[in-house]
Amino acid sequence: MSTIPSMIGSPIRRREDPRLITGRATYVDDVKMVGTVYAAFVRSPYGHAKVRSVDVSAAKERPGVVAAYAAADLIAAGLNVSIPVAADLPGLKKPAHPPLAIDEVRFVGEPVAVVVANTPYAARDAVEAVAVEYDQLEAAIDLEKAAAGPPYVHEDLGTNVAFVMPVKTGDPEAAFAEADVVVKERIVNQRLIPCPMEPRSMLAHWDTGAAHLTLWTSTQIPHLLRTNLALLLGLGEIKVRVIAPEVGGGFGAKLNLYGEEIVVSWLSTQLGRPVKYIETRSENFAAMTHGRDQIQYIEVGAKKDGTITGLRMKIFANLGAYHQLLTPGIPTFTPLMSPGCYKLTGFDCEVTGVFTNTMATDAYRGAGRPEATFMIERAIDLVALELGLDPVDVRRKNFIGSGEFPFTTITGLTYDSGNYAASLDKALELVDYKGLRAKQEELRKQGRYLGIGFSTYVEVCGMGPSAAMPAPGWDSAQVRVEPTGSVTVMTGISPHGQGEETTFAQIVSAELGVPIDSVSVIHGDTDKVQYGVGTFGSRGTAVGGAALKLAIDSIQAKAVKIAAHQWEANPDDVEYKDGKITVKGDPSKSMTTAEVGFTAFRGVGLPPGLEPGLDATRRFEPPNFVYPFGAHVCVVEVDADTGEAKIVRYIAVDDCGRVINPLIVDGQIHGGLAQGIAQALYEEAVYDENGQLVSGTFMDYAMPRAHQLLAFETDRTTTPSPVNPLGVKGVGEAGTIGSTPAVVNAVMDALAPFGVKNIDMPLRPEKLWKAMHANSNGKVNE
Amino acid sequence: MARTSLSAVALQLSGSGAAVSEPAGPASATATPTFVLDVNGREHQLTVDARVTLLDALRDRLGLTGTKKGCDQGTCGACTVLVNGRRIDSCLTLAVMHEGDRVTTIEGLASGEQLHPIQAAFIKNDAFQCGYCTPGQLMSAVGMVNEGHAIDRNTVREQMSGNICRCGCYPHIVDAVLDWKGRS
Ligand code: FES
Ligand code: FES
Repeated sequence: MSTIPSMIGSPIRRREDPRLITGRATYVDDVKMVGTVYAAFVRSPYGHAKVRSVDVSAAKERPGVVAAYAAADLIAAGLNVSIPVAADLPGLKKPAHPPLAIDEVRFVGEPVAVVVANTPYAARDAVEAVAVEYDQLEAAIDLEKAAAGPPYVHEDLGTNVAFVMPVKTGDPEAAFAEADVVVKERIVNQRLIPCPMEPRSMLAHWDTGAAHLTLWTSTQIPHLLRTNLALLLGLGEIKVRVIAPEVGGGFGAKLNLYGEEIVVSWLSTQLGRPVKYIETRSENFAAMTHGRDQIQYIEVGAKKDGTITGLRMKIFANLGAYHQLLTPGIPTFTPLMSPGCYKLTGFDCEVTGVFTNTMATDAYRGAGRPEATFMIERAIDLVALELGLDPVDVRRKNFIGSGEFPFTTITGLTYDSGNYAASLDKALELVDYKGLRAKQEELRKQGRYLGIGFSTYVEVCGMGPSAAMPAPGWDSAQVRVEPTGSVTVMTGISPHGQGEETTFAQIVSAELGVPIDSVSVIHGDTDKVQYGVGTFGSRGTAVGGAALKLAIDSIQAKAVKIAAHQWEANPDDVEYKDGKITVKGDPSKSMTTAEVGFTAFRGVGLPPGLEPGLDATRRFEPPNFVYPFGAHVCVVEVDADTGEAKIVRYIAVDDCGRVINPLIVDGQIHGGLAQGIAQALYEEAVYDENGQLVSGTFMDYAMPRAHQLLAFETDRTTTPSPVNPLGVKGVGEAGTIGSTPAVVNAVMDALAPFGVKNIDMPLRPEKLWKAMHANSNGKVNE
Repeated sequence: MARTSLSAVALQLSGSGAAVSEPAGPASATATPTFVLDVNGREHQLTVDARVTLLDALRDRLGLTGTKKGCDQGTCGACTVLVNGRRIDSCLTLAVMHEGDRVTTIEGLASGEQLHPIQAAFIKNDAFQCGYCTPGQLMSAVGMVNEGHAIDRNTVREQMSGNICRCGCYPHIVDAVLDWKGRS
């Protein structure tokens, strides 16, 4: 059916903007309730210790304190639960994860007790009065040592290995037999801390009259959280309402159910008062999930002409001390996406998930795929270096051809659509590759080190087919044409910066011909919106938007029936055209959605047997994931005196299928680039050998800032996806996934004259300077 | 050996190092002064513990929740407001210190429903996503211009580097500032 073309693909300004720009948006901490009390958590100062005793009695005597609980008090009161893990694997070890530690603490920041007081200040003061006796134990921090033996994070398991997942496909032996060279490398994908600007924030209100709990929480998954919370608290699901109001960034770290959410909700049911908990930034660093943290040993087989034959990998994935919702599932994406855009004939990989005395890792923008893309894109460059080939040529040589889609990869995924050469061509043209290589040559003679780095990535998102997911993978939309002709959309996704209030209104406006300002998009409230799965895995538009399209289709089909009845026409001759309902070939007959909507509401003049009302609720079950891709080129100059890598140009050509709103797509790409580039150059979570988080503030953890990021040059190609009725792919994570290897490849290219092949991220000036000033023995020249 | 760092971390985990008790016991006149705070051109009489930060006073006493808390440690810029036209991290200063000052918050930036030009430029240039850092970015941009620092792209990037945006909107934030000031 045709649409109002101007709406789709237009850079419509976001309707979210006015409230955000004036300070009128309501985030959790902006929700104020009379009678609120404030929770503060006592947290472990040790990476690993026995808890000999917890005494909250002195805290209870502090001024303003309402209550204080240790784990034993929770259990005595009937809250004996373990924080859930949804991801599962054969043989996965799932140690108990109580919301308050019982007799052992396993990471710095693990909650041990909770205090509630009349003010947040009194609560925090009273934390100091809780007496906890610890016996410090040896901590397991180093990932590879932890995989090999004691000390054990969970002594009773007798190992730190939570799972081993082998993935062997094709014929790796034959693939390596036909290789002329085998390139080996140890690749470290360092731990990152998501740090949304709004920390974890929650307000629980137990309505004693209605015996009903409302939890405002800064989450990406209100419905899943509600279901789990209801089960954990032993309340009927109908007794729990979860509201995600304005959410100040999530990046995967709010795709979770935290012990604090359980405890704060429970406290409200016990105290009969609203209980608020806003974590401090230090708590956010220590106790909100982290991301990445893998060590990969790779072997790449290649022929002299650059054909990649096979890939062998041994991956160690740091899980942290406990599982959070998806912890063990994240690294399992890595082998699946390791072949990238390339055809291989043999693949042999083993992933080992390892417990350490650190915060749990879980989803962080890209979630398991950046680790794959970084590895394969670095591997391609290492092969090119080994064979003396241009990294662009090696990429081309191995690309899946544009005519080969849908393409089933060696790891069993079916890439929906793609044209990898087209995005690379466009990027090369934008960057003037030939000219740049000449300039690089010229500058080298002057002792200046320019580097050009590529990344041709593909990623998997639009999560996803239910059968392939640890939770439902579908999402939902309800569309209601109101009596006055305005349209209400209830979406099951839960946007927090992605702008779907705007893009979904654009889709409705285009398809139903209603002015965009009369479309309202509601989300993030389980008492208002039908069940939805949430926003993560770049699924908002690819799954939630697709459900919206289905609901619109249903509305249009019903509207056509009603209009046909009014005109005494055959419904087959009636259609939606340019947002209006008309009779084919008779432009004199025309009705608006609003007119038909009113007829449907009034209930008079409807075809016999047709229900009144014009609304529809639909769910979209994705038949496959979607696979956005692109080509990124990074140009850096490394200062030989300081070792600083400065990005000179950054070109990103991305393909996320059909674009609804280019403004929003560009914003998502920019944000993704910022996080991906920051992994390459700046960010690193560091624990010392005792498990102290050394990088626990914005002074120690190198978040990217305005002066470090230049203006990006973005462009795109458009290859629609056949997987959903909108033809869209996801774009939230693509920039992050694509960019990290482009930057590192560029720096390594700049350092090629020094014989440097690989340096672990982040590429801090000190590391680069040392590499540039090392003599042939690897020692730094004095 | 790690004892000192342990206690430092323990202190941090319990909140800002300077956790304050408020209200705590019988308030003495000096601990809980009454003073007048001029915010967005309106005078408010306030009685708060002397240790309450300007940020908490704005958000929790005056109901001006537009100013955000990103760290409470002076490291993220989310809480930026203007004091007599200059930028300040409101989490690092005490409310009581600002009697007689002119405090401007995000709520005071627009004139009624008429957006301040920097607000309009942020919308035009798509300079934010989740919006949490945005009030701080806007106040910082206005303060930077007042301070005479919005000279060119590089100075703007440098001068805005105290305001973290995890959504990574920096290029567009800089565009918005330059757009507003008619510079490139
Ligand atoms: S909240 Fe004040 S600088 Fe972060
Ligand atoms: S817009 Fe989200 S942190 Fe800046």
